[in-house]
Amino acid sequence: MAVQSHATRTLISPARRATPVGRRVYWILLVLIIVAFSVAFLGPLYWMVTGGLKSAQEMAQVPPSLFPQDPDISNYSDAWIGLDMLRLLLNTVWYAFGALAFQLVLGVAAAYSLSKLRPVLGKAILGAMLATLMIPATVLVVPQYVTVHDFPIFGWDLLNTPWAIWLPAVTNAFNIFLLKRFFDSIPTELLNAAAIDGAGPIRTLWSVVLPISRPILGVVSIFSVTATFKDFLWPLLVENMPETRTINVGIYAFSTGLSQNVVIAASVIAAIPMIIFFLIFQKNIMSGLTAGGIKG
Amino acid sequence: MAVLPLSTGTGAPPRNPAASGDGRTPPPDRSTVRKGRRWRRRLRENLIGHAFLVGAVACFVFFAWFPMVREIVMSFQRTRRGVTRWVGWENYQRIWDDPAFGAAWRNTLLFTLLALVFGFALPYLIAIVLNELRHAQGFLRVVVYLPVILPPAAGLMLFKYLYLPDDSGILNYVLTHLGLPSSQFTQDPTTTVPALVVASTWLNMGSAVLVYLAALQNIPGELYESAEIEGAGLLRRVWHVTIPQTRLVLSLMFLIQVVATMQLFIEPLILAGGNGVQDSATSLVYLMYQHAFLLNDLGGAAALGVMLMLVLLVFSGLYVWLTPKQEEL
Repeated sequence: MAVQSHATRTLISPARRATPVGRRVYWILLVLIIVAFSVAFLGPLYWMVTGGLKSAQEMAQVPPSLFPQDPDISNYSDAWIGLDMLRLLLNTVWYAFGALAFQLVLGVAAAYSLSKLRPVLGKAILGAMLATLMIPATVLVVPQYVTVHDFPIFGWDLLNTPWAIWLPAVTNAFNIFLLKRFFDSIPTELLNAAAIDGAGPIRTLWSVVLPISRPILGVVSIFSVTATFKDFLWPLLVENMPETRTINVGIYAFSTGLSQNVVIAASVIAAIPMIIFFLIFQKNIMSGLTAGGIKG
Repeated sequence: MAVLPLSTGTGAPPRNPAASGDGRTPPPDRSTVRKGRRWRRRLRENLIGHAFLVGAVACFVFFAWFPMVREIVMSFQRTRRGVTRWVGWENYQRIWDDPAFGAAWRNTLLFTLLALVFGFALPYLIAIVLNELRHAQGFLRVVVYLPVILPPAAGLMLFKYLYLPDDSGILNYVLTHLGLPSSQFTQDPTTTVPALVVASTWLNMGSAVLVYLAALQNIPGELYESAEIEGAGLLRRVWHVTIPQTRLVLSLMFLIQVVATMQLFIEPLILAGGNGVQDSATSLVYLMYQHAFLLNDLGGAAALGVMLMLVLLVFSGLYVWLTPKQEEL
C-alpha cells in the first residue's frame, strides 16, 4: 500500500495543514473517511460472506443478525455442487484466455500495421473501428446473435462454442486504439535499424516492438480478461446451455431454483477468483486505468 | 525477400503510395524500370500491411460493421416459418404499441439521468477528497475499487439480499434505526429505478474514482498556489482550478457513462425480474431482449435496436460537435 509521494501541493496548502487546527481536522477527517469507506464498501462484502454462512431461517429473521448464529459452510458446498461451479469457472477461464489470445494476436497485428506499416486505407479502417465505440455491442445483439447462429457464407452454427465469445472479443476498438497509440510512440529509427539488420515485419514486431510494449500488453490483457469475466448479456445468449455457461451467467441462471443463502454463497465463490486476480495484478490495474492516456 | 526491408531502411514508412518517395529514390524520369520496381515495392508493402490487418478486420466485418447494416435490414423484415419478407414499418409499429415501450424509454432515461447525478458527481467528489489525504490512500483506493471486480451477477445478488423488502433486510434495518422510513426498494414502482441506480453506482464507481484521481494528480500545484495568493477560497479553487484542469477527463467520462447507462440490462433483470412491478424496471435493452428471445419477435427487437442506435449516434454526434477539438479521440 504505497502512499505516493506528494511533492506537489493539492487543494489545501501545506502551511494550512501544518497548523495545529489543520492537523487535528485532517486526522479527524481521515479517521471518519476510513470508517465511512469501510462501512460502505467492505460492509456489504462482509454481509455477503456471512450471509453465505446463515441458514434460510436466520436469513429471513427480524431483526437480521450481525454475526451468523450458527455458522455453517454447507451453503458453500451446496453452491459448489448445485451450480457445478468448477465447470462454470473452467468455462469462464477457457473463454477468457482464448479471447485474450485472439485479441492479442489479431489486435497487436492490426495495431502494428495501422501504426507502422500504414497500408492504403489504413486510416479509414482505423476510423471505422473507432466508430464502433459509439454503437456498443449491446445494441447489436440481435443481428450478432443471428450471425453467430448461422454464420454468413460458411453457414456454421457457433452457438454454445467458444468461438461465439472469442471472435467478437477481437472487435474491441478501444484496446486496438491503446495498442496503436503505444506503437506510435516507438521511434521509427528503432524499427529501421532492425530492418537494416535484415529483419522482416514479423521479426521486427516480435523481437523489437513486443518487448518494449510489455506494459501496454499487460494493460490490454487485464482489460480483456476482466471484460470476459464480467460480460453478461452476450454469454447469456450464446452460451445458454448448463455445460457452456460462464460464471456470471451461471449464478443468474441457476439462482431461480435455489434458496437465497445458497445463491449468496455461490456469489462469494464466484467473486473469489476475480479478487485474487485483482490482488495479484493490483498495481497493473491501477496504472492501467490511467493508461487510457486521458489526461486532464 | 531481403530487398524489401533494406529499401525501407532509411526512409519513413510509406504513408500512402501517392506520397512522394524518400530521399534515396531516384528522380522519376531516370528510368521506367526503376519506376516499375518502386511501384512493385509499394504494392508489396501494402499487401504485407493488409495481411497484418486482415484478421481483425474480418472480425469487425462479421461482428460489428455487418450487424449494423443487418439490424437496419432486419427491422424491416419478418420471418415466419422460414420465409422472410419485407414488412415496411410494421415492426416499428409493433414495438411502438408494446405497452412497455414508453415505460422502457422513461426508465432508461431516468436511470441515465440519476446515474449521472450520482455516478458522475460522487466519484469526482470522492477523488478530490482522496487526493487531499496523505495517509491510507492506497487502502482506500483498493476498497473503492473492490466492487468493480465482482462479477456483476454476484454483486447484484448481494444487493437483492441487502434490499430484502421486510425488516429482515439489512438496509431497512439500518434505515429504521436511523429514524428513516423503510423502503420496498425494487418492489415499489416509485423507488425501483433509484434502487437500481444505487446498486449500479456502488458496483461501478471505483474505476471512475481511479481515473479522476490520476487526472487530479496531474494538476500542477502552482495553480492552487497562485489561486490562493489571489484570495480564492476552497470552493473557488475547486471551481477555477480543479474543474477546468480536469475538463477533458470529465467530458470523456460523461460520454462513456451515458453510453454505458443506456445499455441498462442486468440490473433490472436480477434485481426486479426484468420488468419490475408495473413495468417500473423495464429498460430498453431488456425490452429488446424480451422481444427477440422470449417473444420470438426478432424484427421488433431490431426496430428497437435501430432506434437506440440512432439515439446513441445523435448523442455522440452532439458530443463531438459541442466539445472543443481534442488532440486525439
